[in-house]
Amino acid sequence: MRQNPSPGALHHLALASHLAWLGLLALLLTAAPAAVAAPRASPPDQHWRLPAVPVPRENASTVARVELGKALFFDPRLSGNGTTSCASCHNPSLGWSDGLKKAVGAGGAVLGRATPTILNTAYNTQFMWDGRARSLEDQALGPMKAKDEMNTDFPATLARLRALQGYVSMFNAAYPGEGISEATLAKALAAFERTVTSKDSPFDRWLAGDQGALTVSQWRGFKVFSDPNRGNCSTCHSGPNFTDNGFHNIGIGVQDPPDPGRFNIRKVASMRGAFKTPTLRDIELTAPYFRDGSAASLRDVVDHYARGGDDQSNLSANMKPLTLSEQDKTDLVAFLRALTGKRTKLVAPELPR
Amino acid sequence: MRPSTMFTAGLLLALQAGHGMATEHVVNQKGKSFIQKQLTVKVGDSVKFVNDDPFAHNVFSLSDTKSFDLGSYGQGLGKSILLDKAGTVEVECAVHPDMRMVIEVQK
Repeated sequence: MRQNPSPGALHHLALASHLAWLGLLALLLTAAPAAVAAPRASPPDQHWRLPAVPVPRENASTVARVELGKALFFDPRLSGNGTTSCASCHNPSLGWSDGLKKAVGAGGAVLGRATPTILNTAYNTQFMWDGRARSLEDQALGPMKAKDEMNTDFPATLARLRALQGYVSMFNAAYPGEGISEATLAKALAAFERTVTSKDSPFDRWLAGDQGALTVSQWRGFKVFSDPNRGNCSTCHSGPNFTDNGFHNIGIGVQDPPDPGRFNIRKVASMRGAFKTPTLRDIELTAPYFRDGSAASLRDVVDHYARGGDDQSNLSANMKPLTLSEQDKTDLVAFLRALTGKRTKLVAPELPR
Repeated sequence: MRPSTMFTAGLLLALQAGHGMATEHVVNQKGKSFIQKQLTVKVGDSVKFVNDDPFAHNVFSLSDTKSFDLGSYGQGLGKSILLDKAGTVEVECAVHPDMRMVIEVQK
């Protein structure tokens, strides 16, 4: 028996080894399904594409209106004690929310519900967690009027605005002949808010035909999201803005006292503890989640739904425990991260002095 | 047509044509909409709301003419409401408030 292999045998061995590795590689590349890119978006997928921002006839969008609204949105002098602007809670650096579990109001009091993002609210037909506002214009003055939020003294604030030549010019350019009033204040804020949109996310680019925009995991997550027998997410988080503009009780853990939610607005039994479905666009930027901030991460959100919610006392008929594998959950979270729009540079406005 | 079938058909026609014969109207919910936005009925008629969507709807009204809450129910199910008073009934889905329709109840 030979002790050492001959040079010829070694050469054959090396060659065979290389061939074996090449063969294995070829097998992996051809055998693994969708190993390189996600499948293409189909025509039915296109209902997820956002249309142009709807704009009311009574408040058409102009550059002057948007600029005025932006200044007002960032101006803390609108508040009672001069410390709080809309942007204090709807902070562009924190996904237009505040990164807190629940909003913190005037004097540092913790309020009842989380600050919703204003992103893509231009596409909503229902406003605020309980849908009490009818439009962006209708909602804009609410936090100012609230004693425990901005606590605005309107006569004083309007007088202050009228005394600043910069604002006089801006209001004149935006709403000529309409003066500086609660109405024009609200309209300007709404006009600005309509420009706060999330676009060109990886998901949007995939819908538009860029096959490589989604990873395979994200695409799988999209399938889980849309399947009523798996994630069942699109039942309420429907296209194109990932909300049905509806109200559902998703079984958030019992609070003391319980928050009636939509029941305050429509006294219908199923609406106790029901809250508005928010958008999921840019969702990775607005942790923590749910109307009480009780879910710290997107994974916590998925786990909540997988359990079928916690408080079962008035659960929406659409809620149910889910059959999701660990891979399904990972893919679902990956898909939610694909909903983050292209980052745009926001220039902080110069405020009239 | 067989004589027995003709008799049954004739009987049904006669019944429908009779005065005070209440009708059950059907309103479908599809695509988060009421298929009919407006419906005119007679006092004593009933309206059956059928859910054709793959998720729950909750039809209700807070109108003085007829206040009701059909509760939340899913695809394929339907529930009826008897309209026993003349007037206007504004109907809405509690879950999807953009879903609205109006029923005019006539004497």
